[in-house]
Amino acid sequence: MRLIRSALMTAAGTAIAIGFAGLAVEAAPKQGGILKFVVPDEPPSFDGHRETTFALIHPIAPFYSLLIRVNPDQPYKSGDFQCDLCTEMPKAADGGKTFTFKLKQGVKFSDGTPLTAHDVVATFKKIISPPEDVSSARKAFYVMVDSVSAPDNNTVVFKLKYPSGAFIPALANPYNFIYSKAKLDQDIHWYEKNVMGSGPFVFESREAGAVIKGKRNPNYHHKGKPYLEGYEAIFAKKQSLRVQAIQGDRAAIEFRGFPPSSRDDLVKALGNKITVQESNWNCALLFSPNQLKKPFDDVRVRRALTLAIDRWGGSQYLSKIAIVKGVGGVAFPGHELAATDDELKQIAGYWPDINKSRAEAKRLLKEAGQENLKFTLYNRAVDQPYKFVGTWLIDQWRQIGLTVDQKAEPTGPFYATLRRKKDFDVAVNFNCQAVVNPLLDVAAHISNDRTANQYGGYQDRELDKLFDAMNKSGDVKEQRDLMRKFEKRVLDEKAHQFITLWWYRVIPHRSYVKGWHITPSHYLNQQLETVWLDK
Amino acid sequence: MYQYILKRILLMIPTLLGAAILVFFLMRLIPGDICELRLAGSGATFNQSSLDICRREVGIDQPVIVQFGQFLRGLVTFDFGKSMWTGRPIVEEIGLRFELSLMIAILATITATVIAIPLGTVSAIKQDTWIDYAVRAFTIAGIAMPSFWLGILIILGILFTTQWWTGIPWMPPIEYRSDWTSWDNIANNLALLIWPALATGYRYSAVAARMTRSAMLEVLREDYIRTARAKGLVERLIIRRHSLKNAMLPVVTVIGIEFAFLMGGLVVTEQVFNLNGLGKLFVESVTNHDYAMTQALVMVVVSVFVFTNFIVDVFYAWLDPRIRYR
Repeated sequence: MRLIRSALMTAAGTAIAIGFAGLAVEAAPKQGGILKFVVPDEPPSFDGHRETTFALIHPIAPFYSLLIRVNPDQPYKSGDFQCDLCTEMPKAADGGKTFTFKLKQGVKFSDGTPLTAHDVVATFKKIISPPEDVSSARKAFYVMVDSVSAPDNNTVVFKLKYPSGAFIPALANPYNFIYSKAKLDQDIHWYEKNVMGSGPFVFESREAGAVIKGKRNPNYHHKGKPYLEGYEAIFAKKQSLRVQAIQGDRAAIEFRGFPPSSRDDLVKALGNKITVQESNWNCALLFSPNQLKKPFDDVRVRRALTLAIDRWGGSQYLSKIAIVKGVGGVAFPGHELAATDDELKQIAGYWPDINKSRAEAKRLLKEAGQENLKFTLYNRAVDQPYKFVGTWLIDQWRQIGLTVDQKAEPTGPFYATLRRKKDFDVAVNFNCQAVVNPLLDVAAHISNDRTANQYGGYQDRELDKLFDAMNKSGDVKEQRDLMRKFEKRVLDEKAHQFITLWWYRVIPHRSYVKGWHITPSHYLNQQLETVWLDK
Repeated sequence: MYQYILKRILLMIPTLLGAAILVFFLMRLIPGDICELRLAGSGATFNQSSLDICRREVGIDQPVIVQFGQFLRGLVTFDFGKSMWTGRPIVEEIGLRFELSLMIAILATITATVIAIPLGTVSAIKQDTWIDYAVRAFTIAGIAMPSFWLGILIILGILFTTQWWTGIPWMPPIEYRSDWTSWDNIANNLALLIWPALATGYRYSAVAARMTRSAMLEVLREDYIRTARAKGLVERLIIRRHSLKNAMLPVVTVIGIEFAFLMGGLVVTEQVFNLNGLGKLFVESVTNHDYAMTQALVMVVVSVFVFTNFIVDVFYAWLDPRIRYR
């Protein structure tokens, strides 16, 4: 039953993407042309291993190859990984603890030097166990890795401490650019300011704050690709300008996502010259009561906060104006580890009868002596989706008699409060990941001494145990059962912190852009090798 | 005159130092730091060690007084260091944007001067006629309308007009090409720059036109103008040689101050047109908590203001000898 449901969900997700995009039948790709796209921010450095922003992925990812990646032809399918530099996806050996990758031969970096297994090993050593002065943002993804080695020039072997379902998705992370061992040996910080990969495009130029240009790599290891002659990633901070740029054809696409109103404006202005692709987004908008502060240390008060929220109704109304839609638990909706609607409806805050839910919220508040609770919702001063959802939350809480005001601050002060001052009442925050990998993505809910991304101020060792058990299990059914217990504990029993709605990604682009398929993450499928221009 | 110039130069030093102290400590009053923003701001996974390494690299783990000492040393040696965000030399980053901002400022100043001085003069000469009313309406609208808003109207106007007219919406380019060697690049850059120059030049010209008008009205009532007319001088000569030249003192001041403002003050207008100038860099460095870059930019803008004021003062002293003897 679960498999049928999972297949149906995947099919539904696919249908959304394909239905809007009109991609079911695509003509043969044409060679040539320069793709111009807009990027809202400029990357701080060029090193994918240390950065966490999409502003690095969009302009820089096309210069690099990965060991494995999400399938660029069907990127909306969770768990569909394929080789980029390897020849075939390996079968786990040694009880799921050893993975041996055979590499393609003849792959070259853009400086002409051959790419070998030693480059792959040097890359992953930098990611997994970097020297003390080297930053690796996602090294926690690889706690299961015991060693990585290259027995010869074409073979890479990963040995794990224990079998883990999180390993392969972590390996396919789009930030895992394969670097040259020679360059890393010369200066391990070299890639922070330089670009040199083996991807579909070769770095052409960069004008600080304005544009990064890439040109076709004639020696690219996927024969016949890329189709484009080159691309220009134009930095444009203002959203209205990015929309105007697509309307005025100064850019063909923006890969992060626009709010529904911008989609509607573009479709109205350009009709069939605009194609819209939409997808659920692997970003959850959370709200976290501050458990270091009274009365939010009381589980009854926290449960009341989630019980007041009508997520099923909110999804319908908010999705018309904001970039949120999916109702889900801690795991990305539609993934095989995610809760079904029936399972969700058993969790506080997801009950189908909102009146019953709010009555229970009022009862809990009364029991805790907090019927007239007043507090401030601390939010990030960004419209989409933070302030939209924040305003909606306040109205939801008003309906159980709470008085809530909203304080929104720019990103810098916002994170300073969440991470250091910690004097907020309830804060909105978000968890945004690349490859859909719920086993690791839910790390934002574990104890705050084990993750840097949990702002509720709680420690829950039982929860940590469930997290570890999930990650050490090689069996999907067992992982799923543990995920349900984990979810129930976070969202209901202990009511630590809550998902409001999952984000929804909307990409309206010029219809002449072909071969690009939307993904559940703005970090994925950005090598651009399959993109072509139908002009 | 030399003594006057020397005095003005010496006065620039405490002004610059005061600005340096102010910007250094004000920046540090804003909660949050660049590393938190860089790693936590994307909502993705990161770890404490990445945060610690980042803080060590950009130097914000040092005591504030040490950071201040480094900043002052950099100021004295004209070495602003590296951008905390991109890790590249600040001089290089600012240099890239300075050219564009300077061009906008020059284009806007030309636009403003060409419009303002004739309009202000005509308005004064034809005081209380329909021409004067029309000029006053035009200039008040220019002062009342923020240039970024006019910029948005210009872009939308162009988009809608071209779509309505040709069926294909067109908008000005959104990327500036610093390489001026090909005609394509020149045409692209002019197509990009002309609109922000118009948007900012309109407000600029409105201010200067009103100043020209009021200065001219004052001068036209002076005894020496009456004397010139009594002597039978041609009206054109009275206006050009005797009135306009003397009315230019306050107008020069306005043009100088506005020019300096344009060098770093086009914060929103640059965003509207996606101009990669100093104003945009300013916004980005403040929002990114890039202390080093913000401090350097403030010092550049303050220097431009101080230097422009110095030039205006010298020009004043040259135009009106009484000033340098006070």
